[in-house]
Amino acid sequence: MEDMKGIILEYVIEEYADDEDDEITFDTPLISGGIVDSFSMVSLKRFLETKYKISIPDDKATPEAFDTVNKIVVLVKEFL
Amino acid sequence: MAYSDKIKELYKNQLNSIQEAGLFKQERYIHSSQAADIEVEFPTGSSIKKVINVCSNNYLGLSSHPDVIKAAHDGLDTRGYGMSSVRFICGTQDIHRELENKVTEFLGTEDTILFPSCMDANAGVFEAILTSEDVMISDRLVHASIIDGMRLCPAQHDTFKHSNMEHLEKKLQLHANKRLKVVINDGVYSMDGDTAKLDKMAELCEKYDALLFVDDSHSSGFIGKTGRGTHEKCDVMGKIDIITTTFGKALGGASGGCVSGRKEIVEMCRQKARPYLFSNTIAPVVVSGVLKVLDILSQSTERRDKLEKNTAFWRKGLTEAGFVLKDGDTPIVPVMLFNAKLAQDVSKDLFDLGIYAIGFFFPVVPQGAARIRTQISAGHEMHHLEKALDAFIQVGKKYKILGKTKQEIIDMYGC
Repeated sequence: MEDMKGIILEYVIEEYADDEDDEITFDTPLISGGIVDSFSMVSLKRFLETKYKISIPDDKATPEAFDTVNKIVVLVKEFL
Repeated sequence: MAYSDKIKELYKNQLNSIQEAGLFKQERYIHSSQAADIEVEFPTGSSIKKVINVCSNNYLGLSSHPDVIKAAHDGLDTRGYGMSSVRFICGTQDIHRELENKVTEFLGTEDTILFPSCMDANAGVFEAILTSEDVMISDRLVHASIIDGMRLCPAQHDTFKHSNMEHLEKKLQLHANKRLKVVINDGVYSMDGDTAKLDKMAELCEKYDALLFVDDSHSSGFIGKTGRGTHEKCDVMGKIDIITTTFGKALGGASGGCVSGRKEIVEMCRQKARPYLFSNTIAPVVVSGVLKVLDILSQSTERRDKLEKNTAFWRKGLTEAGFVLKDGDTPIVPVMLFNAKLAQDVSKDLFDLGIYAIGFFFPVVPQGAARIRTQISAGHEMHHLEKALDAFIQVGKKYKILGKTKQEIIDMYGC
């Protein structure tokens, strides 16, 4: 679990953080905080599906479910 | 009656939520032609106020140019008011094709197809030329119309960090196995006023065998030495595969847009782009006006040269006064205030002083990046800019933000 959290956080920072961004933590609101726009969320979904060999249905891949690293971990575990 | 009280209540609640979130958009009625000096009724019902407009896309001051108005009158007289048909039935006049040819020549491309707007061009182009075997890789700050167009297209999509060429290259490598790859970006970004790195992008597209798409709506007519757009500025004329642009900004400001680029891609749009197939094209009166605009711009660079000088004066004045600006050299000059309420208050005070400039805040721009977006025009004379600058300084002093850094402004007002 901790390992998964770390891996996802690392991907989020690498993929979405700009130099000016504040530190991103497990509870930083990504979508509602404007760090990840809903259109760019698709690369995160693709990363999770490839990395954990799962398929997340579109109706589960909501902005709410992707809003923090902690919530993403819960979502991924649902499909493992 | 199908429109029941329950449905009415539902919409009223949604509208209330928009209002409570401070996102309710209210129009301001202008009682004059679009120009540097305009007469505005705001709030609705109040007396009309003469103000200087520093927030329009009238970059070249051609929206009310007498020669353009005369050409539009002539077009109305000789080609009528409307077409009452889509292009491929009986909605194409000689002047529509004449405009397509002139745009092709102006932009230095192979062919052009007109659309009712650039919003429609962006909505239609991707679906017309891509399939589910392809990928669209877009800059994260592209215009909303491009995002809508990508959503309508079955190709996969991905994004890269704004103007970050290393990130773009990674994405091109990630999608190496796709049938077609299209790199998508704005020429000049409408909120920040920065220019795309088209030279680097063209190199990457060559290296990874990708198509390059640019929306030059905030560039056509004035960016580059002869105003051809960002591809001229970045010295990559002929290397952009797809350019979309609008006639609703610098090029007369009325309406209409186009896709210009590779011959086969334009032809695919003519066969398959739905906003082209299922909507009337640009009205003859507007076509006639845009033809005159292109004549004016092809004869002289006087207006874009004046715009460049005005922009340099404005940017220097604001910088010396101590405002925090976004870096850049285009006529889009964002004055950064960071806090949404501060941006709204500054906009209101400027209006009271006779300057019309609008505050932008989340979700139009990122959280904590609220601003007044100023846009300079060749229609501005020095007295307009001096008066506007005086007003900005007066308001800047009132809020004690002159000479302050980003962090100091955020410490004072929050973000």
